[in-house]
Amino acid sequence: MLYALLCYHDEDVVTSWSKAEDDAVLAKRRRVQQGMIDQGRMGPAVRLVPTSAATTIRVSGNEQIVLDGPFAETKEQLLGFYMVDCDSLDEVIEFAKRLKEGESVTFEIRPIRIFEKGVLSGKETLAS
Amino acid sequence: MTDPAWIEAALTGARPQAMGALLRYFRDLDRAQEAFQEACLRAMKHWPVKGPPRDPAAWLIFVGRNAALDHVRRDSRNTALPPEDKISDLDDVETDMAERLDDAHYRDDILRLMFVCCHPDLPATQQVALALRIVSGLTVPEIASAFLVGEKAMEQRITRAKRRVAEANVPFAAPDAAERAERLGAVAAMLYLVFNEGYSASSGDSVVRASLCDEAIRLMRLLLRLFPAEPEIMGLLALMILQHARTAARMDADGNAVLLEDQDRSLWKRPLIDEGLALVDKALRHRRPGPYQVQAAIAALHARAARPEDTDWQEIDLLYQTLERLQPSPVITLNRSVAVAKTRGVEAALDLLAPLAERLSGYFYFHGVRGAFLSEAGRSEDAREAFDRAISLARTPAEAAHIRMHLDKLSEKTRVS
Repeated sequence: MLYALLCYHDEDVVTSWSKAEDDAVLAKRRRVQQGMIDQGRMGPAVRLVPTSAATTIRVSGNEQIVLDGPFAETKEQLLGFYMVDCDSLDEVIEFAKRLKEGESVTFEIRPIRIFEKGVLSGKETLAS
Repeated sequence: MTDPAWIEAALTGARPQAMGALLRYFRDLDRAQEAFQEACLRAMKHWPVKGPPRDPAAWLIFVGRNAALDHVRRDSRNTALPPEDKISDLDDVETDMAERLDDAHYRDDILRLMFVCCHPDLPATQQVALALRIVSGLTVPEIASAFLVGEKAMEQRITRAKRRVAEANVPFAAPDAAERAERLGAVAAMLYLVFNEGYSASSGDSVVRASLCDEAIRLMRLLLRLFPAEPEIMGLLALMILQHARTAARMDADGNAVLLEDQDRSLWKRPLIDEGLALVDKALRHRRPGPYQVQAAIAALHARAARPEDTDWQEIDLLYQTLERLQPSPVITLNRSVAVAKTRGVEAALDLLAPLAERLSGYFYFHGVRGAFLSEAGRSEDAREAFDRAISLARTPAEAAHIRMHLDKLSEKTRVS
């Protein structure tokens, strides 16, 4: 089963990390990811630009309206996500726990129903 | 993260909302500040034991208000304080309180809190100092070190500013739309002052100053969250972020300023640039251009250029022309002259500068830029004269050093030819 791990955190906290703190978190997470990469079970990892850059499109009546800002104003924001291939929820939970070790981030685990791989080569991504 | 650090972050984050509500309640800056401080002390005592409240701002407002009221009661009637457990058992009250704080209310509270700091009678430095004290909660010694003045002088400056604010009688009723827009504009300008105080680095401790930029950006993000559809607010946040992204490249190891075209662009912070560019795109969609958006769009064009020679100077020239229309100022024309020099040559740029000579005669950058154009045009004597004038107007050793470097190059050039 494919799972998405949605990462929620207070973006004010995350954006105030120093470069060194940020790098340390990413390095630790990459070490954990490597285990899944070696098994061929790690999908894309995505980090989003803060919600100040977010735009939301909604329907109001018969009209599509474009709104500035994220879908919902919440204390913690969706800051990124991972995709992994795991055999059971327990396994994803185990992986998520190792990934977030020492961090106050919240992960929401959601099984994926449709995954179309797309055509991006991955070179478009920025590592950090 | 350890507990105290978590609590400190939560207190800082909740401060504008809590202070804003306490100010609305007490209508007095000092009393609001005392109430907030009291609430923070109690938070530091209770939160580690009871865990963080669901809504720290609501908790602080409630506790701060009650604590201040207790003081008033005790002072007037000399009665005993309520037992401590009444204050510490806040779980139910807090839920209730959070529900009563509707969004629109705290939006105006925060705006008012920031707005009292930018009364037009207050000189820029006082606005910045007051905002750092009231909105950001920096201590007087911290602010004093940012401004390179003594603590006592800073204390007096803030006290004077507070007195003026009290006399100004900012209305406490919810503002109407026009009033709200006016407050938003004044607050944005004040936050840009805070940012520039950090960014210009004309004096003071560089670490403290960089933190002023971070603080201005933090408050700007808050403002955008409260007013998510205001293109000028997006524009100003984008402008700050795009400028701040270049911080690491702006000074060399000796503390000398490095010109944009000489900067090591790999030192620019990519995550900030991505966010800034996204904000500019969002703002421009609204088709309501303003000075901050135009300046951000100019900064965005620089940020998009991987190498200096990739810079779209034509577009930058056009944007500066737009800015001249929106906000006529000789300094903007001076900035435009740099783009003109790139697109139409230094002679055209010098022609553009000529009519500004009188108005900008006391402006360091005017003589510096003009000297560089003259030097490029091969008019060494005139260039030397302009650079000498610039040096005499330099406000920092870094500025003077930069011009001296130009003069050295000029001497080399004349020796070779």
